[in-house]
Formats: sequence, structure tokens, C-alpha cells
Amino acid sequence: MGTFVLQRLLQSIGVLLAVSLVVFLAVYAIGDPVELLVSQEATELERDRMIQILGLDRPIWEQYLTFLGNALRGDLGQSFVHGEPAIQLIVSRMPATFELVFFALLLACLVGIPLGLVAGLHSDSRTSRIIMTGSILGYSLPNFWKGMMLILLLSVWVHWLPTSGRGETVTVLGVPLSFLTLDGIRHLVMPVLNLSIPNMALMTRLTASGAAEARLQDYVRFARAKGVRPQGIVRRHILRNILIPIVTVVGVEFGQLIAFSTITETVFAWPGMGKLLITSIYRLDRPVVVAYIMMITFLFVIINLTVDLIYAALDPRVKLMERAS
Amino acid sequence: MNARLLGTLGLAILPAIVPVSAGAEALRIALASEPTAADPHYHNVSPNNALGKYIFDALAATNADQKAVPGLASSWQAVDDTTWVFKLRSGVKFTNGDPFDVNDVIFTFCRVMNNPQSVAGSFTPYVTAFAKVETPDNLTLKITTKTPDPLIPEKLAEIAILSDSIVPHGEITFDLEKKCGVTGEWPTLAQLNSGEATIGTGPFKLVKYVKGAGVELVRNDGYWGEKPAWDKVSLLPVPNAGPRLAGLLAGDYDLIESPSARDANNLKKDPKFSITTKPSNRVIFLQFDIERDKSPFVETADGKNPFKDERVRRAVSLAIDRNVIVKRIMDDAAAPASQFVPETMFGAQPKPEPLVYDPKKAKELLAEAGYPNGFKLTLHATNDRYINDGQVAQAIAQFLNRVGIQTEVDAMTSSIFFSRRSKREFSLSQGGWGSSFGGASNFLTQFVATNNKNLGTGRSNYGGWSDPEFDAVISQANATIDEKKRSELLQQAARMALKSLPDIPIHFESTIWAFRKGLSYEGRMDQYTLAAAVKPAR
Repeated sequence: MGTFVLQRLLQSIGVLLAVSLVVFLAVYAIGDPVELLVSQEATELERDRMIQILGLDRPIWEQYLTFLGNALRGDLGQSFVHGEPAIQLIVSRMPATFELVFFALLLACLVGIPLGLVAGLHSDSRTSRIIMTGSILGYSLPNFWKGMMLILLLSVWVHWLPTSGRGETVTVLGVPLSFLTLDGIRHLVMPVLNLSIPNMALMTRLTASGAAEARLQDYVRFARAKGVRPQGIVRRHILRNILIPIVTVVGVEFGQLIAFSTITETVFAWPGMGKLLITSIYRLDRPVVVAYIMMITFLFVIINLTVDLIYAALDPRVKLMERAS
Repeated sequence: MNARLLGTLGLAILPAIVPVSAGAEALRIALASEPTAADPHYHNVSPNNALGKYIFDALAATNADQKAVPGLASSWQAVDDTTWVFKLRSGVKFTNGDPFDVNDVIFTFCRVMNNPQSVAGSFTPYVTAFAKVETPDNLTLKITTKTPDPLIPEKLAEIAILSDSIVPHGEITFDLEKKCGVTGEWPTLAQLNSGEATIGTGPFKLVKYVKGAGVELVRNDGYWGEKPAWDKVSLLPVPNAGPRLAGLLAGDYDLIESPSARDANNLKKDPKFSITTKPSNRVIFLQFDIERDKSPFVETADGKNPFKDERVRRAVSLAIDRNVIVKRIMDDAAAPASQFVPETMFGAQPKPEPLVYDPKKAKELLAEAGYPNGFKLTLHATNDRYINDGQVAQAIAQFLNRVGIQTEVDAMTSSIFFSRRSKREFSLSQGGWGSSFGGASNFLTQFVATNNKNLGTGRSNYGGWSDPEFDAVISQANATIDEKKRSELLQQAARMALKSLPDIPIHFESTIWAFRKGLSYEGRMDQYTLAAAVKPAR
């Protein structure tokens, strides 16, 4: 297993290199950050000084190689706009996003899997049809619109919840967390719901189709013939067998949401990483954009690795060494 | 699933039902754009400068109409063309107890010059223009400039004064070579963002500045001026207009910046809210490519650049119905422009000759200039920088089509637009410019005067227009200290520019603030939202 993990991490270096090159060139091609940073009233002298400080006077390949050299030492550059190390900027936004995504996925699983089981095990019932139709709705509503509707309903009309921001935070081991204060929880509810609803629907549908298929399998019939109680069958035989696709999806969704929950973060003015990414792209803050994408790539590598490890734990037939070769 | 969903939803919000109502003296403001630093010398951009005005003061202040009024200096006088004497206010203290005097001012000037992290020097040109700064006494400052500069008070209104007590120092003098007597390290961006060195004399004190989440401030009870009505102010960045409005409606914010004009018109009818609309210093204008014989985005029968002909430029202006743009596209949150700065600004013409809509005359002028059948043109514009900029460009293109100029619009995101415009890739571009200081001279010097690196004029003259007579008038105006004379020269320069029309003004944007009933805000031409000027209605 150690070799497998090591091999995977080595492969990821190649991926990171490729991603950094593409993003670096792409942001370079969009436009000149100096036009946005430096006032049009600035003198030629200051302008040139700024270009020099940012290293933009050198050819692009040289800029890229300098970037790579620094990256090897763990320095992904200074934000043009904020004058802080890009990594520091991203890391300071991480807890907010992680918190949001963690609760969104938790809620999605807690609601989606039971609903899916109900729908899948009694697929001809009316309840099942209602659940399945509802899941289509939950899946297809646009994120932005749904966020605004939540705000309209829960904030503007009934005045239960605050519209945006993160609320009061408590710092635990240097990490600011919202879910430990009442005010923080009130701020969390709507963004979590907004992120969670499509995933709830996804979980519901995945679980339902898996369960519908599994309950007709031979091992379920034999278990029933053996006299295992229905709950036991669901827990030990059906659920365990259909968990593999669910784990995969949770893994992928986790990465997706961490990286690109931009819309939800924008609607609820949630001070997370997605909001940072979008403003950095608008301002052509290249170091932040490149560092962001590289960190996200790395995150995906780690998530996929974790997912593979969980497979092995769930299904004894999966052998990690085989997959690696 | 809907019923179930509502059920889950109900469960989820159980612990959260009681809304926290804020105390009467707390003010929560939703900002449209977030400051990037609490260091007032880091980057010379509006959101940062506005935050600076909460915590710091400058020698002069600017009032709502952008006129320099006494700040930390109670009075000033231009002794001759290059010498200014500022009398500082006595008895002012910084929030750490350090009394304010000339040393703080000189220290600040030196810090502006010793701030390697700042973006593009930011405020350095203001300080490098000083030849000498002397201190006849503790509260008198004598500044000698290298060249005559009538805008010294306005420029000094932009430099936030820091306390010299935040660094170890010996005797402080304006001697940049000797680091002005500072013996320790210069304060860093991080120290000012954290609040450690954020010591000012302003109406508020910084409590917390968290990027992305907002700024918290409390009232400075030792403030020398009129004390603000608010114990506590939170500035919350909500860049998206929809959620910002929702927050106001839900009672999460007391005041919001820039709701869309359409929403503001609805708010007007709601008895629970009020709005303030104030013309801003920003003009939306068209700029022609004039210098080149062939322009990249014009196609004419004779292959020449039609914009070299004054009649064609006049025709473009005559073809545009500014009132329709203001009414239909801007929802009346704008004013038609017949010059480059609003009438209330220093040096503006009190009654400019109106730029009228006359498509018939436009066609005649085009025919006279040899384009009876018009020509093909692409108008370039931003689509995310100014209010409804993409739609305004579309409307202008429609108007031009009606007089025979077959116009297409290429609207793009501002980061691309500005890069391309500075490479002079356009034939006709729609830009915007806020004359944040200098009154009428700002636009004329920046966009109309001939590009001259030594004089620093015409830096945004991307069309390459050049008129030596105009240059002479504007440079004379910029070196004239006497206000009346300068105003006359500026009006003369504006008339010359509006006769040749190298740029065509379209409209002035208005800034809108929306707030809950029970508050009042007069609004500011510079678009800043300053909590000290937000008053509870009596």
C-alpha cells in the first residue's frame, strides 16, 4: 500500500506541472494586470518600477521558470493586488469554505441516502415517485436562483436568517469556525442548504437506483431465505454494496465544492476561497489564480487517493497494488 | 419532496429562529467593493481611500462636492506660486494619546516614500513634488513645491496622516536621504492591516479588518471634529447587487451602496426605506482614434480614417440622443453630459453649450465630409466596469446606425478592455473617468492634452489628438494658483476641446445609496460611503 501511495503522489507532480503551465499561460494571455493595478495618472517611471517589481518586464518563459523555481521552495508568489503571499491568502480563506462544504455534504448524505433507500426499496410506491420527482427538481434548479429564493423566503419574508456573511466565529487552534456560535450557525444554514440541495438529490438518485438493483440480487434473496431481518439485509447487504459509487461521488463532489462553490459564496457573500478566485480572475491577479488552481489540483489528487483507500476498506475484492500498476 | 424539503428546512433552522437585532447605535453598511488593505498608503483606489477616511485624517478634507476644506490643518495659504503655509489644528490627539504636530505630517510624507509594498508608488508623486518642507513652529508647515501646483490642498487631502509614535525615531526632518530621522523599521502593510500600527486621528478606530469578511470599527471618542452618531460600524463587502439589496430588505444592513437604478425606483415607493441619488464625478465618453491615417476598426470606401475630420466627430455626437440613454438605459440615475465634469465642479462651465441630438444635421455633416453612405465601424466598450456599460454601447451603436454609420459593438470584460485600449487597438472606444481631484483640469489633462511623458500630460490620450493651442491653455491653467483665473482658463480649455471633440461626453453616472427609514445620507460626488456623515433622522 505504501508503494501505491508513493506512486500516486509521484504521478501527481506531472499533473501539477502541466496544470501550472496551462494556467500561467492562460492568465498571461488574458491581459495586462498593470493596466488594472496602476492608475492611469501614474507617471511612466512608477509604472515601469511596478512592472519591474512584479517581474512582468521579463519574457514569459523566464517568468514561468522563476515561478517554478520559487514553487519548489514552497513560494507560489505574492498577490499583485493584496501584496501578501498567494498561499497565505488562499489558506486564510480555506476554513470558511471547508466548513461550508463539510456541512453541505454531511446534510446531503444524511437526507439523501435514507430518502434514496426508501425510494429504491419500494420503487413502485407513491412515496417513491414523489421522492424521485422531487429529486429532479432539486437537481435542476439553478444555484444562483435558488440562493436568491432562499434569501427571499427565509430572510426577507419571514426574517429568520441573515442574508449573508459568516457571522460570529470562534477560533479553535488558530482556525476561525462559525458552527460553534449561534450567530455562526444562523449564517451557515442558507449557504449550506443551497450547496446541499443538488447533492441531496444526487445522493437520493444514486442510492435509489443502487438499492433497486441490489434488492433483486441473489445474495439478498438468499439472506432473506436464511431469515435475516429486513433491517439487517438493508444495512449489511444492500447499503454496503451500493456505498462504493456513493463514496466516489462524495469524493468528487467534495473537491468540486471546495474548488468551485463560487456561486453560493458570491450570493451569500461567504468569505471563502471561491469568492477569492473569482475576484482574482477579474483583477488578473495571476499568482493567486495559479496558486489556487495548483492547490485544487493537488487536493483532487489527495481526494482520489483517499477514495481509492476507502474502496479497499469497503470492498475486500479491490486490491490497491493491481490498480496502481 | 417539496413538503419533505420544507420539513428538513424547518429542522435545520430550529436553533436559529430568534433574529439578533442590532443596537440603536450600530451601523451596518454593505459595500459594493472591498478595500484591499487597511494601510491608507498601500494602493490609491477608492475603496481603500474611503476606509482611510474612517480611521485617519489628512491636512485637508474634501466635502461632498469635492472641494478642499480644513482638516487637520485649520487653514492654509499660498504665499507665492510655489510656497504654501499650513496652520495645523492644535489639541488633536491620535487614538494612542500621541499629540498631533508637524512631526507626524513629515513622518507620513516620508513613509509614503518608504513603502516598498505599495502598488505603483500610489501617493509618491504628491511628495516628490515637494522641494522643501520646513517647520517654523510645532503647528506650522511650510511646503515649497518644485513647480507651481494649485492642487496642493486637494492632493494633501488624499494623504492619510499616521502617528510618528509607531516607529522609533530621532529628530524628524524632511530629509529623505537620511530617512527623515526614523531609526527603526518602517511600518509594514501587515502591521497596518492587523491594526497594530493603524493609529489615526479620524472619527473611528479600527477593531478588525478581515479580508473577504469585512471591517469593524468603533467610534473614536477623542475625535476633534463632530462626533459620529454610531458607536460601532461594520463594513461588509457584498459585491453582488442582488444579495446586497436582499440584505437591506431583510434588515441585515442599514445602508447599502449602489443598488441598481431599477431597484432603487421600487424602494422609493416602500415606506420602510429611503434612497439618495447624487451625481458622481464620473463621465462616460467616447474617444476617437485620430492620429492614425488608417484605423483598425473602421472601413471606409476611400480607406482613410474618417475620424481625422472634425465634421465626422461632430456628426457622431449629433447622432446620439443622450436623453434617451439617460431615461431608458440608466433609469434616470444619470445626467446627460455636455462637458467632461459636472457643473458643480471647480472649473466647469456653468452653462455649457448643450450637445444636442440632431440626426439630420449629422447626416449632412457626414455627406459634407465625403461619407454620404457612412462607413463601417466597431465600437469597443467594457461590459462590467460602468453602470449598464454594455447596454449604453448598444444604444450608441443603434443611434450611429440610424445616420448611416454601420456600427457593431464589441463589449468585453474590463481587464481585457483596458489592456487593449492602452495598446491603442481601438478606433472608437467607450470609456469612463472619475475626476477625483483637480476639478475640470483632471479629464482635460489626462485625456485631451498631447501625450507628453516629460510633462506627464495626455497619459490616456489613446487617440493621439494633439492641439498645441489647447496644450498651452491647459498647462497655463495647471500652473495658475489664482482660483478665479484658473477657473477661466479651464473653461476656455473645455470650450476648445468641445469644439474639436477628440472625445465626446455622453453622460454623468449618479451614485445611489439605499438605507432604512430613520437614516439620512447626503451622498458624495466621490462615491465614498462615510459612516460619519450618515445621520439618524430627528
